[in-house]
Amino acid sequence: MMTLLTRLWQTVFDLLSQFGGVLLLFLDIVRTMFTRRPRWKETIEQVYKIGWQSQAVVVITGAFTGMVFAVQTGLQFHKVKMDTAVGPVVAIAMLRELAPVLTGLMVAGRVGASIAAELGTMKVTEQIDALRSMGTSPTDYLAAPRFSALLVGLPMLTAEAMACSIFAGFYVAVNMLNIDPAYYWHNMLKFTAAKDVAAGLIKSVFFAAFIALIACHKGFNADEGAEGVGRATTQAVVVSSLTILIANFFIAVVFNSIVPI
Amino acid sequence: MIRIQSLSKSFLGSPVLRGVDFEIHDGETVVIIGQSGGGKSVLLKHLCGLLKPDDGHVWVDDDDIVPLSERRLAPIRSKFGFLFQGAALFDSLTLFDNVAFPLREKRKFTEAEIAQRVAEALEIVGLAAAGHKKPAELSGGMRKRAGLARAVVGMPKYLLYDEPTTGLDPIRADTINNLILRLRNRFQVTGVAVTHDMASAYKIADRIAMLHEGQIHAVGTPSEIQATTDPIVQQFIRGVADISQEVHSGNTANY
Ligand SMILES: Nc1ncnc2c1ncn2[C@@H]1O[C@H](COP(=O)(O)OP(=O)(O)OP(=O)(O)O)[C@@H](O)[C@H]1O
Ligand SMILES: [Mg+2]
Repeated sequence: MMTLLTRLWQTVFDLLSQFGGVLLLFLDIVRTMFTRRPRWKETIEQVYKIGWQSQAVVVITGAFTGMVFAVQTGLQFHKVKMDTAVGPVVAIAMLRELAPVLTGLMVAGRVGASIAAELGTMKVTEQIDALRSMGTSPTDYLAAPRFSALLVGLPMLTAEAMACSIFAGFYVAVNMLNIDPAYYWHNMLKFTAAKDVAAGLIKSVFFAAFIALIACHKGFNADEGAEGVGRATTQAVVVSSLTILIANFFIAVVFNSIVPI
Repeated sequence: MIRIQSLSKSFLGSPVLRGVDFEIHDGETVVIIGQSGGGKSVLLKHLCGLLKPDDGHVWVDDDDIVPLSERRLAPIRSKFGFLFQGAALFDSLTLFDNVAFPLREKRKFTEAEIAQRVAEALEIVGLAAAGHKKPAELSGGMRKRAGLARAVVGMPKYLLYDEPTTGLDPIRADTINNLILRLRNRFQVTGVAVTHDMASAYKIADRIAMLHEGQIHAVGTPSEIQATTDPIVQQFIRGVADISQEVHSGNTANY
């Protein structure tokens, strides 16, 4: 009984201290951004690594999700003769939910892991200490560029996924389900609005912040040795993915109460 | 001047430093010796605030650095150069960029001045031709020397060397000894070096301090240390293992 309670307390305490660590890192990044000269070179490098090089993954994810969504909804809607409803359904689902969430998850896997592994390795080989010993803040040199790069990169990747999924869905609907292209397009535009795109992009900004903060925090706090780096990497991916999924629900609820659909 | 006052530090409940008291005067080179795992690297990291003690103070010139935040420590750390035991070069940068890093961070020099100073520093440690290489392409000894170049390039007031000659061949090691001596003699750099290499210690040290069981067990000039009758120091500097260990290894040899 005692051990159960202490274990529970330990878990709660760990969660809280992790959350506190992430929050402190966030405040430090914000402070750095306002007080230090921006590090353009490092930031652009990260935009390239994080944004540009993630495109293939994101395009494929977006396109195939859009396609399978069009096929499945198309087959169902065909039974009730509502074929042209496929357009708006695919578009709304992709814009508001699937594009930001799936892009976030893919990037959490690809970029979150590499950030945590890179910073974790730097931690255990004393490179972080070396930075500090030269009076350079690791937040300034390492975390802030990655944070900014994700904040810029993830919404752009999400937009790319949105576009790919809609065009891929359109292609499948027209060519495999024989839905009239003009109707499909017309109906889709009729039931979607700029606010759907905005909702998706705003979500992706939050997801970007979660991925960057969690991955940097896990990397900076990696335990000694290869095992510690491995653990930090896994945790960065798992925790940021779960955070994205959970936060997505709450952000959606808040959005819907501010701007009703 | 660096003054260490009853410095204590434990990791996960096991004490490493148990009240270290020591003072390093301006312009001298102090060598710290002691058992492997005895806390020498930990002590060195306290001197520029990379680790926070559980108790005690570290004064650098007129500042007690223990209560300072990372932000407030930055200007104090710019007085230091640190050679890490594992060199701690940035893997993503070339050797040239590694050595240029502390200069670029100070934002006081033009690229031409930086290029010249970096070339000089690499030349001194015998790596003039390797500037374009990444740390992963270097041998351990080369990395160590590059780490030394990075530590000295900004001509800091204090230099902390964690095992500067470990892993180098005897000739290179002696070049490094000469470099440390020259930094002291010509530029009045204050040095703190951790080493197991007693030949190097005798050559570069003004004073040698022995860290034993988390405290400074003995301090003295190289000749005082060599002449001491203290059994712990004698055993360490002559490098004999415990009698019990010798008997033990003798036994196993019989099998
Ligand atoms: N970050 C840390 N976390 C936990 N324990 C640590 C940490 N750093 C050092 N220690 C422990 O402190 C003790 C002293 O380590 P330190 O690296 O200072 O030894 P050392 O005297 O430099 O040895 P060596 O001559 O082998 O380099 C060791 O037992 C080590 O396990
Ligand atoms: Mg050591």
